[in-house]
Amino acid sequence: MLKDVTFGQYFPGNTIVHRLDPRTKFILTIIYITALFMASALIARLLMLVVLVTCLILSQIKLKVALSGLRPLFFILLFTLILNIFFVKGETILFEYRRIVISLEGILAAVFNASRLIMLIVGMLLLTYTTSPISLTDGLEHMLNPLKKIRLPVHELTMMMSIALRFIPTLIEETDKIISAQKARGADFDTGGLIKRAKAILPLIIPLFVSAFRRADELALAMESRCYHGGEGRTKMKKLKTAPRDYFALLFGAAVVAAVVVLGQFNPWSI
Amino acid sequence: MDSIIKTEDLTFSYASVDGEASPLVLSGLNLEIEKGTFVAILGHNGSGKSTLAKHFNAILLPLGGHVYVNGADTADANMTIDIRRQIGMVFQNPDNQIVATIVEEDVAFAPENLGYPPDEIRRRVDDALKIVGMYEYKDHAPHLLSGGQKQRVAIAGVLAMHPKCIVFDEPTAMLDPRGRDSIIKVIRDLRDNHAVTVVLITHHMEEAIDADRIVVLSDGEILMDGSPIDVFRDIANLRKAGLSVPETVMILHDLKDDGFDIELDTLTVEGCAQAIYDAVAVHDL
Repeated sequence: MLKDVTFGQYFPGNTIVHRLDPRTKFILTIIYITALFMASALIARLLMLVVLVTCLILSQIKLKVALSGLRPLFFILLFTLILNIFFVKGETILFEYRRIVISLEGILAAVFNASRLIMLIVGMLLLTYTTSPISLTDGLEHMLNPLKKIRLPVHELTMMMSIALRFIPTLIEETDKIISAQKARGADFDTGGLIKRAKAILPLIIPLFVSAFRRADELALAMESRCYHGGEGRTKMKKLKTAPRDYFALLFGAAVVAAVVVLGQFNPWSI
Repeated sequence: MDSIIKTEDLTFSYASVDGEASPLVLSGLNLEIEKGTFVAILGHNGSGKSTLAKHFNAILLPLGGHVYVNGADTADANMTIDIRRQIGMVFQNPDNQIVATIVEEDVAFAPENLGYPPDEIRRRVDDALKIVGMYEYKDHAPHLLSGGQKQRVAIAGVLAMHPKCIVFDEPTAMLDPRGRDSIIKVIRDLRDNHAVTVVLITHHMEEAIDADRIVVLSDGEILMDGSPIDVFRDIANLRKAGLSVPETVMILHDLKDDGFDIELDTLTVEGCAQAIYDAVAVHDL
C-alpha cells in the first residue's frame, strides 16, 4: 500500500537528463518554475508544456510514473479546480442555479490554474526522478557552499537531507510491517470517522518513532566507526564536473524564458 | 607474536540515569588479540561482549584500565580517527549501517571521510566490492538487496578503509541461513587471503568452530579462553556461561557417556561422522 509512493523517488537511468550536472538541473528547475509563472499567455503555456513533455521523453520517465507522483496532491488539485470554477466571475454564463454561477471563464481559469500546478509539480518531480539523492545533495552542498562563510552548517544540513532520503524506503517498509502486525491483532485503519482513524494511527506512529530513534543511534555508531567526523577534510569519489551539455542546457533554459517573455508581449490569445 | 588489540584491566559501566552507581558491564578484563588471527568472542546476552567490542575502536572509552590498538591508547583523542581506520566494525543490522542510496557511494563513505583523492577512493571501492562479491551490484539501491547482500556491502564499506582488523558484532543475527553462510564465507576469506585480523562476536557456536581461538565472556569477565576444541570440550563451563554446545560436540559426548570409545577432538560435521563410524566399526568387531 505504501510501497507505490513515488514522490521524491529516484529512477536510475542513463539518459542525457540523468547525466546533467545536478547543479544545472537545480538551476533549470528554478528557471522552469519562474518561466511557468511568467507564462500567463496561452501560447506561452503551450510552449512550457512542450518543453516539459520533451524533457519527460528525453528522460525516458514513463508518463504513468510522472503522473503517479501527483496522487498525494490530489486534494489540492481538486480544491483549485472547485475554487476556480465556482468563484471566478465571468460574462459567458453556462449554468446558473440560485447563487451558484458557473461561467466559461471560470472553467477556463480552473483548467489553466490546475494545469499550471500539475506542470509545476511534474517539473519538480522530474528533478528528483532523474537525480540520485547523493548527487542532489552534492549539488545542493556545492551551490550553498558560499553560505558557509556566514557560518551556515551546509555540510551537516545536506548530510541530514541525504540520510533522510536514504531512510524513506526503509521506514516505509517498516510502516507496512507495523500496519500488518497491528491488523493481525485486530486494529482497524480503514473504517470509521476522521477522529477514529486518526486515533488508529497512534499505535502506528509510536512504534515507528521508537524504531526510528534506535536506527538513528545505530547509524551514528556505524558512521563514527567509519571515521565520519563532519565535513572537514572530506573528499568525494565523484567530483561534480560540468560538461558542454550543461552549458547547452542552460542556454536552452534561457531561450525558453526569452520566448515566454516575447510571446507574452504580443500574443492575441491571452487569458 | 605482536598483538593488535590489548586491554589492560578494562573496566566499564554505563552511566545510569539517576546518577547512582550502575553495575559493572566489564570488570578488569585483560585480553590480547594477536595480528592475523581469527578470534571468536562468545557470550550470552548481557555478558558484555558488544560493550567490549565498542572499546576496540574507541566508540566507548574505558572507565578504568586501558585499551591499546597497535600500541596507541584509545583514550588519546588525537588517535581516534587513526584507530577507527585500523579497526573496522560491522554491526548486526545491515539496514542501519548503510549511509548512501547507491551501493558504491556507500562503500566510498569511509575513504571519503578519510580524505583520499577521488581515483584512490574509486580503486578502494572497486577492490572492496570485488572481495565481498558485490561488484556487479555497485549501481544498485541498497534497500532492494537481500539481508546477506546488504551485510556484504556493509563489510565492503569497512574494507575500503583498508583496516588491519575487523570486528564483527553479531553480523549474522538478522540474516537467513543462506545470508549467514555467505557472510561466514567472506569472513573466512578475509582471514585466509587478505591478512585481516578477525574478531567475531557471536552466540552461534557453529560460527566459532573455524576460529583460531575462542574467548567466552560471562558477566563481564573472561570465563574461558582457548582453541575451539578445548573450549567446546568443557561442556559444564559452557553451560555456566549460558551457551549452547554445538550439536556435533553434544552427540559425541552423549555417545561417550553411553560407553562408546569415541574420539572427542573434532567439531565439524564430517569429523563427527567419521568419529562415529570409527567407534561403531570397533564396536562391531
